[in-house]
Amino acid sequence: MNALLMSRRDAVTLAIFALVVLTMPVWLQPFGAAYPGLMQKFAIYAIFAIGFNILFGLTGYLSFGHAAFLGVGSYTAVWSFKLLTMDALPAIAFAIILSGLLAVVIGYLSLRRSGIYFSILTLAFAQMCYNLAYSVLTPITNGETSLQLNLRDPRIIDSALAPRPAGLPSAGLFGHTFTGLEGFYFCAAALLIAFFIAQKIFASPFGMMLRGIKSNQTRMNYTGFNTRPYALSAFVISGMYAGLAGALLAVTDPLAGAERMQWTASGEVVLMTILGGVGTLIGPVLGAWIIKYFENIFSAFNEQIVSRFFDFLPAGAHEVVTAVASKFVGEGWNLTLGLVFVLIVVFLPGGIMEGVRRIAHLFDKSRRAPKAPAKLSTQPAE
Amino acid sequence: MDAILAQLLNGLDKGGAYALIALGLTLVFGTLGVVNFAHGALFMLGAFCAVAFRQLITMETTTVDPGQLSPWGAPLEIKTPLAQTWFGDFGAVMIEYSVPLSIVLAIPVMLIIGIAMERGIIKHFYKRSHAEQILVTFGLAIVAQEVIKAIFGPNPISQPMPTSLRGAADVGLWLGMGPNVLTYPWWRLIYFVFSAAIIAAVFAFLRFTTFGMVVRAGMADRETVGLLGINIGHRFTIMFGLAAVVAGLAGVMYTPLVPPNYHLGMDFLVLSFVVVVVGGMGSLPGAVAAGFLLGILQSFASMAQVKGLIPGIDQIIIYLTAVIILLVRPRGLIGRRGMMES
Amino acid sequence: MAVPNVVLHVADVHKRFGGLHALADIDLQIEEGQTHAIIGPNGAGKSTLLNVCIGKLAPTSGTVVFDGQVLTGKKPHEINQLGIARVFQTPEIFADLSVLQNVMIPALAKRDGAFKLNLLRSLDSQTTIRAEAEDMLEDVGLFGRRDTLAGSLSRGDKRRMELAMCLIQHPRLLLLDEPTAGMSRHDTNTTIELLKKIKSRGMTKVIIEHDMHVVFSLADKISVLAQGRIIADGTPDEVRGNPKVQEAYLGGTHQ
Repeated sequence: MNALLMSRRDAVTLAIFALVVLTMPVWLQPFGAAYPGLMQKFAIYAIFAIGFNILFGLTGYLSFGHAAFLGVGSYTAVWSFKLLTMDALPAIAFAIILSGLLAVVIGYLSLRRSGIYFSILTLAFAQMCYNLAYSVLTPITNGETSLQLNLRDPRIIDSALAPRPAGLPSAGLFGHTFTGLEGFYFCAAALLIAFFIAQKIFASPFGMMLRGIKSNQTRMNYTGFNTRPYALSAFVISGMYAGLAGALLAVTDPLAGAERMQWTASGEVVLMTILGGVGTLIGPVLGAWIIKYFENIFSAFNEQIVSRFFDFLPAGAHEVVTAVASKFVGEGWNLTLGLVFVLIVVFLPGGIMEGVRRIAHLFDKSRRAPKAPAKLSTQPAE
Repeated sequence: MDAILAQLLNGLDKGGAYALIALGLTLVFGTLGVVNFAHGALFMLGAFCAVAFRQLITMETTTVDPGQLSPWGAPLEIKTPLAQTWFGDFGAVMIEYSVPLSIVLAIPVMLIIGIAMERGIIKHFYKRSHAEQILVTFGLAIVAQEVIKAIFGPNPISQPMPTSLRGAADVGLWLGMGPNVLTYPWWRLIYFVFSAAIIAAVFAFLRFTTFGMVVRAGMADRETVGLLGINIGHRFTIMFGLAAVVAGLAGVMYTPLVPPNYHLGMDFLVLSFVVVVVGGMGSLPGAVAAGFLLGILQSFASMAQVKGLIPGIDQIIIYLTAVIILLVRPRGLIGRRGMMES
Repeated sequence: MAVPNVVLHVADVHKRFGGLHALADIDLQIEEGQTHAIIGPNGAGKSTLLNVCIGKLAPTSGTVVFDGQVLTGKKPHEINQLGIARVFQTPEIFADLSVLQNVMIPALAKRDGAFKLNLLRSLDSQTTIRAEAEDMLEDVGLFGRRDTLAGSLSRGDKRRMELAMCLIQHPRLLLLDEPTAGMSRHDTNTTIELLKKIKSRGMTKVIIEHDMHVVFSLADKISVLAQGRIIADGTPDEVRGNPKVQEAYLGGTHQ
């Protein structure tokens, strides 16, 4: 059978998704978000979240250490820029391979345990990577100053092919340097490929096995499956997704710092996935977009903007409301994020996708018998 | 020998903090079955009780005395801390000893925060999966730390320890060594003794009171105790409050050692989870033992000789220990079988 | 067949838990094509015996041999791949997957083995597996509910689905742990009918049961377990007439 064959429904989803992603520069205009830097982040973090969801959403294993793979991806890509070439493709290839290898090691060890023990193991491994990046690995990671390009970098391949340009180069493709929206379109292309592969995994027997592991690992074992290699494959795939995202971060801005590996970064991708909807294809993408959008917009708000926004209120109330509201924007954006997160977990454990489904269900009820919704529990694997 | 003793001592205060946090974490897990990722935040909130208390009593009223002139000829402004206005000379003593005194503020505040958290949110998560518990408490931790950041700002606020306790105790002298061979800062000694006292108090409470007996029975077999018609929920709420108080007190007393900032809790959370897991989920003695063990291990790993041997070991020792213990003894040092695995 | 072919041989098995002698001197031969019931009062060691049979518990001494292979120390998935399927006392199913998917998963396990990185082929293209699963659902009377979430089935339906999940693998040996436990009389009867239907296909089965009605309507051979020992062995009629059995198990309360 043709490996590219997919169900009509998936093909339609992919087409719509591609349209939405590629027209971002247009429809994000009214939201004030249509600039390359932010849109690149949308694409990159969507990849990160999609990958994370392949592990957490399908198998139920909650990893608290995925930022390690993101960081390794970034470091690898920057080193590829420094040593070989500014071309994005080799950088990405190396990043995926290296983060995949790291995922094999971490996953092999961590998956020997399940439940919260698994979460703690991944967390411990990621923290080790982070602490080492800041200390003994400084020759590789450049510690607190972050790994950056340097005028004295060898860039063997580039130097052999063309005279060295003055100043620091930027990443590109086949000798062409990304300018304007090209960087975004490159990331968008990567996102579409990543989304397509995730779709294939979701619709494959492999994907169903992963769901089986989440649903009832005992039954999987007594059904004749060796669940460990299945879970490990999911872990490695999601680690490679994170590596890809890390590499793209470096492609759009050739710089890699250890803070990218900190556990807060791991927490962020968990948040994106939960917010959007665990175990759904689109959910993590939405979650990533919403968090990155509001992080960008809200954190740029300041007291004046808030004050202007509440201008309609009478004088006394105006001051109070402004004072309170301004705690939630700008620096206080994380507070909003935390609150929203708590509310989502309490009231809408299936995330935005569950909300959408509930609303659709309300409109749909009269038309046809509802299809059984995929249950979106965040139950960890047994 | 001296060097080893010195490192042993160095590990004790940090170990005390780990043990106290881990104790509360285990108590909450053992009684309520809840994985509380906000427990580090409770430690941080405790630390900020000390900050708030000090800020409150050192708030100043300014009076202008026209009779006296400052060197540049303006009327002299006299600033009087509130505590001094209220309590006279005793106020000065209060300011001096603000850190230990803020325990008085921390106990009720932490109890209220703990009970409110349990009644408001945690209660609804008893029946939900560990992953969901982790997620909701993780959200709560973010909220707590951001609120503190909004009130107290992002920078660490150092808390002075009482002047009389600033020096170091000559521990070597007590052990029959020469003077100044082995010294240990007073405050860290106090912290160790303090944490040991709290741990002893918690254990005594659980062992010798009826309340504690029911709670221990509940930890061992929740359903049976529930079937006996004992209202366990009520007691669990109090247990959560108690765990919050323990974490809070650990935070209060820790402030002179590390100036608290809003993400202090997160820094300690990861470590204390590791401590709990190493000790064995649900085992109180395990949590305490592992707390001290890891504190001491960490202090040994930061010795120059050890670092010279294995570069970077001081940075990862805690996590490395956790990984090894989890892989070799999956239930931790004293863990019960099957805990937290589903 | 002149000489019956022994599929599962439990030889000289002892199992101790600390001071408790849970199984003593157990010797069982399960013959091909037969339905072998193991009965006994509560606490007699039935579940322990079953767990020893499938390698979940290692016997303190003795061996369990299935089709020439020693089962001791094998992992659950390896035992299944040898051809032993198991129905649990409380149905172990994939509650948040559809009924059809529940049955397709074991079919794939049969076809693909313990592990196959089958991630770029579409599930929809697995038409043979799907058809097979649908046929199986038809057999157990759940075809109409194939798109329902398995978790929302009634207990009886869950059991039938679990049975379908085992049967689709065409196991050489099927282990059933109290297949009618907690079922209504109606559900019990439909389950018995279903098991009889399977029996007519000649599949070897071991049933652990305490419901006499079920046992006597299905079993070719019965072993009676009491206090960790086999006290009687034979056809239903032989067992029924055995005074030791009446004393240990049937006596008094049963007619």
